[in-house]
Amino acid sequence: MVNENLVKGVVKEPYKYGFVTDIETEKIAKGLNEDVIRLISRKKEEPKYLLDFRLKAFKKWQKMKEPDWAGLGYKQIDYQDIIYYSAPKQKEKISSLDEVDPKLLETFDKLGIPLTEQKKLTNVAVDAVFDSVSIATTFREELAEHGVIFCSISEAVKNHSDLIEKYLGTVVPASDNYFAALNSAVFSDGSFVYIPKGVTCPMDLSSYFRINSGDSGQFERTLIIAEESSSVSYLEGCTAPMFDTNTLHAAVVELIALDDASIKYSTVQNWYAGDEEGIGGIFNFVTKRGKCLGKRSKISWSQVETGSAITWKYPSCLLLGEESVGEFYSVALTNNLQQADTGTKMIHIGPKTKSTIVSKGISAGNSKNSYRGLVKMGTKAKGSRNYSQCDSMLIGDQASANTFPYIKSQQPNSEIEHEASTCRISEDQLFYLQSRGIEFEEAVSMMVSGFCRDVFNQLPMEFAAEADKLLALKLEGSVG
Amino acid sequence: MQSQMKESDPILEVENLSASTDNLPILKGVSLTVYPGEIHAIMGRNGCGKSTLSKIIAGHPSYNITNGDIKFLGENINSLEPEERAQSGIFLGFQYPIEIPGVSNLEFLRVSTNARRKFLNKEELDTFDFEELVKEKLEIVKMDHAFLSRSVNQGFSGGEKKRNEILQMALLEPKIAILDETDSGLDIDALRIVASGIKKISNEQTGIILITHYQRLLDEIEPNFVHVMSDGQIIKTGESDLALELEKKGYEWTDNFIKET
Repeated sequence: MVNENLVKGVVKEPYKYGFVTDIETEKIAKGLNEDVIRLISRKKEEPKYLLDFRLKAFKKWQKMKEPDWAGLGYKQIDYQDIIYYSAPKQKEKISSLDEVDPKLLETFDKLGIPLTEQKKLTNVAVDAVFDSVSIATTFREELAEHGVIFCSISEAVKNHSDLIEKYLGTVVPASDNYFAALNSAVFSDGSFVYIPKGVTCPMDLSSYFRINSGDSGQFERTLIIAEESSSVSYLEGCTAPMFDTNTLHAAVVELIALDDASIKYSTVQNWYAGDEEGIGGIFNFVTKRGKCLGKRSKISWSQVETGSAITWKYPSCLLLGEESVGEFYSVALTNNLQQADTGTKMIHIGPKTKSTIVSKGISAGNSKNSYRGLVKMGTKAKGSRNYSQCDSMLIGDQASANTFPYIKSQQPNSEIEHEASTCRISEDQLFYLQSRGIEFEEAVSMMVSGFCRDVFNQLPMEFAAEADKLLALKLEGSVG
Repeated sequence: MQSQMKESDPILEVENLSASTDNLPILKGVSLTVYPGEIHAIMGRNGCGKSTLSKIIAGHPSYNITNGDIKFLGENINSLEPEERAQSGIFLGFQYPIEIPGVSNLEFLRVSTNARRKFLNKEELDTFDFEELVKEKLEIVKMDHAFLSRSVNQGFSGGEKKRNEILQMALLEPKIAILDETDSGLDIDALRIVASGIKKISNEQTGIILITHYQRLLDEIEPNFVHVMSDGQIIKTGESDLALELEKKGYEWTDNFIKET
């Protein structure tokens, strides 16, 4: 318990990405039916197989029930009250960045993601997604020299249709779950990455997702394919304006790693979380899954989840290839009335597969933060191993933390290790740091970063510093 | 000796201080003045309010001052935050140093040293310069460099924790150090190291308050004044021989003073 007087003077930093870009958009009418799906598909000039994929998914979705097993408390979503396609109006065909609406460039500038040739980040290629469409992708020519394809998924549908047809929906089938089915029916844009055989991607790839419009959902879809002996590091960032209504974000991410390939997927999620009373904020219901198809392939998820009113996601690995490796490193921070139910599934199918789970949950305010994970050893997963560590930190005495580890083993010759702990930032610890001249806020943030160190060490450099700052910002004024 | 010291202004003045926690009175009118160069010892039974006094001077948020003042270098500090007190030169050596998992000792020491240096308008130290400084100070407490890469106090033995406290004191160069039972849990060798460390760090400009139960620390560091506390009050003040007498006769002897007052 921490003295409230200590924190009263602390100014709470407002959500700095909460602005709205005033731009003319092309929106379709609210509601969802077959015609809407046909309309989206037509707008994107999609081939027939994709329209069929969407319609099949929609049929499945209609028969499914919204899941409630996570015990998350939220107002029923009215799926007919959502706009399923919203795009900033711009010229039909954009051949260079100069033709992109300056307002859009300015928006990404403000978010710290400059896209123009002069200002673009030098070491990272960026795909910028605004509501339902991808605005621009930087460094395309440079990447193309290495045979790397990095573009919006809509473009990939046009130019690399064979790859899309071969892989889309193979990791997360449309019938997987309610929100995956919805996404499969209405997905608008997202990123596509293809790393050819033997290529180490020369720079980090990143997508930046921006929700701008208040009444439309965002349903992006990402597909990453790493061919034999290739490797790539992919980063994902997300922000949204402050609205007093809830916006639905239901994304699907599919990763495929072939023999000896490795994919590192890092997320810093900072969607608008709603205000202190829990009004507004993003519902972040996401399905992320990677398939280690090849021998000795590796998929590593790292995530820093700080935003959204509700986060509901379990980046998972299907470990099929012999000696393939799955990793999950997660920091989930909740404050005020935020709810997070996140974790991973490590499905060991092939022999000698290995997985590591390190999850750090921090709950402050009146928030609810749960780790939920499954480790499964299949009958053929002989000699496979898992190590899980799930730690929770409570700040204040109104927050809650839960851990739900599910373990299923059908293979006696495999090892599963699980460690869990819960701690609380105590008044004595804070006083100790303060009595050494360290400011209250810095003391809290030192302890929180210390708690998260194992995960931050896994993040790409620039992300780690960003994550550290973000956490400190989120916690301002929360210790009371 | 006394008159010579009093030519300068006091570092710390505790004036008729009363304080409570959860509405339970702990201190009932404590007065204590420390001049530069002075060493004060405070003795007394467990629960008499010694540790509370030290925590209140350092600004612990669990206690409310109900009456009286604490002045540091002439300024009233009753309402200052603990970090402000620390930055301006008040140091509390903890009886039970707190473990802080995940926070590296080195980083902790550096941030804390820089907070004090910033207050003193001295240049803040980067990691390399700080390494140099901390190496020098490690000598004082005969600590191994390996301590720095561990988490703050985590898994430290009792003696290591106490030496880490003195290391912090050496880095922060406080105007006044209140050392709460720094001698408890130390073997004879460690006690000597800690005592000689305290002597090296202090000088004519600094004041020291030693809270202790044992004569053996006072054999190493001779106090100018010894105060005996009981039930939230200082019931007797004397010179170093008072501690010796107390050691001989025990606290029961001091019960008579309460009756007297």
